[in-house]
Amino acid sequence: MSVLWVLVGFSILVAAGFLAAYIWAVRSGQYDDKYTPSVRILFEDRNNSANIDESERTEGSEEDGDAEDPVR
Amino acid sequence: MSELSQSSDRPAVCYHCGAVAGSDPVEFDGKVFCCHGCRAVYEILSRNQLCDYYQIENTPGRVSTLRQTGRFEYLDNPAVAEGLVERYGPEMAVVRFRVPQMHCSSCIWLLENLQRLDPGVRGSRTEFLKKRVTVRFHPGQTTLRRIVELLASLGYEPELNLSALTDVPEEKVDRSLYIRVGVAAFCFGNIMLFSLPEYLSSGTAEAESRTFFYYLNLILSIPVTFYSASIYFSSAVRGLAKRIINIDVPIALGIAIVFLRSVVDVLFGYGPGYFDSLTGLVFLLLIGRVFQIKTYEQLNFDRRYEAYLPLAVTVLRDGIASQAPVTSLKPGDRVLLRNQEVLPADGVLMSERTDVDYSFVTGEQHAVAQERGALLHAGGRIAGVAAEVELVREISQSSLAQVWDSWPRSGEGKTRLMTLGNTAGKYFTIGILLISAVTAIIWMQVDASRTLDAVTAVLIVACPCALSLAAPFAFGTAMRILGRRKLFFKNAAVVESLARVDTVIFDKTGTLTATKTKTLQFEGTPLSEEERTLVASLAANSAHPLSRSIVDALAVPSTTTVEAFEESEGKGVCGRVGDIEVRLGSASFIGSSEEERFDSTRVHLAFNRKPRGSFGFETRYRERIEEVLQALGKDHELHVLSGDGPGEEQRLRTIHPKFASLLFRQSPTDKLSSVRDLQERGMAVLMLGDGLNDAAALWQADVGIAVAEDVSTFTPACDGIMEASTFPALDRLVRFARTALGVVHVCIGVSLVYNIVGLWFAVRAELSPLLAAVLMPASSITVVALAVGLTEWRARRKGVI
Repeated sequence: MSVLWVLVGFSILVAAGFLAAYIWAVRSGQYDDKYTPSVRILFEDRNNSANIDESERTEGSEEDGDAEDPVR
Repeated sequence: MSELSQSSDRPAVCYHCGAVAGSDPVEFDGKVFCCHGCRAVYEILSRNQLCDYYQIENTPGRVSTLRQTGRFEYLDNPAVAEGLVERYGPEMAVVRFRVPQMHCSSCIWLLENLQRLDPGVRGSRTEFLKKRVTVRFHPGQTTLRRIVELLASLGYEPELNLSALTDVPEEKVDRSLYIRVGVAAFCFGNIMLFSLPEYLSSGTAEAESRTFFYYLNLILSIPVTFYSASIYFSSAVRGLAKRIINIDVPIALGIAIVFLRSVVDVLFGYGPGYFDSLTGLVFLLLIGRVFQIKTYEQLNFDRRYEAYLPLAVTVLRDGIASQAPVTSLKPGDRVLLRNQEVLPADGVLMSERTDVDYSFVTGEQHAVAQERGALLHAGGRIAGVAAEVELVREISQSSLAQVWDSWPRSGEGKTRLMTLGNTAGKYFTIGILLISAVTAIIWMQVDASRTLDAVTAVLIVACPCALSLAAPFAFGTAMRILGRRKLFFKNAAVVESLARVDTVIFDKTGTLTATKTKTLQFEGTPLSEEERTLVASLAANSAHPLSRSIVDALAVPSTTTVEAFEESEGKGVCGRVGDIEVRLGSASFIGSSEEERFDSTRVHLAFNRKPRGSFGFETRYRERIEEVLQALGKDHELHVLSGDGPGEEQRLRTIHPKFASLLFRQSPTDKLSSVRDLQERGMAVLMLGDGLNDAAALWQADVGIAVAEDVSTFTPACDGIMEASTFPALDRLVRFARTALGVVHVCIGVSLVYNIVGLWFAVRAELSPLLAAVLMPASSITVVALAVGLTEWRARRKGVI
């Protein structure tokens, strides 16, 4: 039965670790704004492709309205 | 001569903002724009390769508001900048703005890429729900003014008003409730796990391991009792200190008894204690608290008058106009106010004449014409020609601040109405104590050794957790449903107060009437199409608000050219269109013998000096107003308190003949005392208003709801904010609040059944920990499901959602 004490000890430690992680996440404000990060993650960092993008757009400005929307 | 705008099946739409480009589209870079403002924004973005803006959402743009440079000059003033900017060393400064125009993913993207438009910007972050942008910048490479000008030129002008300087810094967000829930959940889960052997075993398990788990549970329940549940103890103590037995009193009593009894059981080896019930109960109660909180972060329910005042005005010193922060103004300063600007402090008009719109401050519907030497009151909005005003009072001494500070305010909030929590708490506590006493007396006779056992069991099982969950979940659900209908409440308790209201007071201007849409009536022989074009062409040349309304109302293109246009300030306009001389203005200006009337604003019209008739602006009431008033009038007493003159009394009486009272020319203090009088007669008052003049009454009323055409603009302090478009559904929403109260009563009935079942075991000292662990969560979960489910169902049935 003594293995039980060890396992109980471990399980509590692991759970306490998760609790600590949760408290840290709350304290550091990760639950304050639950919307903006969900949008932000979808933006591509297109710094270098910006020029190509621009030439595409001037050619086919007619299609702009129907272009696939990357966010929606 | 007049050209009608071309109408095709699919009108060209502005690439930037999506507005119909109209008859005079601007073409640039192969794209169509509705105006040069939109084109300018596109140009900035395309030059900086930020056209992804148009890819994320279609036509996301807003019109640039940077019309003249120098408008934000005051931001260079160190006193202003210091109040807005937080400095972190010489190379880093942070400023935070509210940007009400933020509305889509494209906005987020652009506002987070400001560093590509201004290299001095180090980075920016948006908080979409709060409509806020935080910009980090290098103070040596860019300035606050440049950032604000950049934002305004992109169409995202930040909201800058005096409250930014006078408000106390935002309080730290209270996140402790979430941590309390987390701790309770952790302990609750582990205790359930460690209680499993207890639930399953038939008493043969090794005694040693069982006591080990008992002690483990005891240790785990300590943070739940002393940290997670501490809010209930402090609330109960606070209530008792005020001699109120609130619902938290029996809860705190229950928690304390369960904990003590369980500790005694474990320490003396009597049994496993009720730790699982205890922690489960605290966890569920806290979940109820979390559910009750629904913050509408884009709204502000506690604005002060400073939020209505600008951050800076144009000051004339030695004949030179410069922008100065409002905080630096002193009596004797001379300020220049253009059309639509707000006067920050009381002052005397020094220029010839102007019109001042006091509708927001006093409720008067029409702009008042003022001559040189007149005393203008703070909060007045200039409507017409620019005015020079010499200030005579400090801002804090001005009439606006006086209105605002004229009523006593305590931080306590509204506790006048007996809420369910307070009444139920009282009867519950008395009931429990009675039953415990009876139980104790009976057990003393039968078997004195089991008295304590039975009494504590009674106190445990009678804990009104299900009762205290019913209200937060039912009202919380109702509040979310109302929020979907654009009626936003400060907290869930307002729903209950709204359900108990029996008197409704309306403000007139801006509440019963729509401020923006006034219908234009022409008195005289109807105008022909050609004549309408003549009038519209003339009026289009003037910037006066009345001329603007006439142009809008006539809805004809005003392309005919006007010659010899002349505008006499405060009198009217005249000009020659073709061979006809058109005059628009006051009766004397057009040469009419008609007396000026005071009941409404009239604009007279003459062709070639011959009076042709006059335009009158008729107030337009909100849609469905008859039905709303009729439905509300069935079980509410209705009153109207208006700051305006009695010109509309007759019409209001025809709209709804059964008003209990209609009072006009009411000052803010009159409104406040009217509300108070009604309350002293024992009425529960709902006040609906829109302006600063209603602020005191909104605060005093049991429920104060501010009506706003656009909920993100300034609203006085209140309990709820309603979008004006929701007014036609007002009667249904009020009835729905009553339904939610009914749901709570049903839930209380159900939870009482559980309590009685539990008590039946408890008084016989037969309440085993296992039974308690099943019964208590079961009752709580039933009540929560009922509260949410019934409220949603009733809302659907009543057509609220």
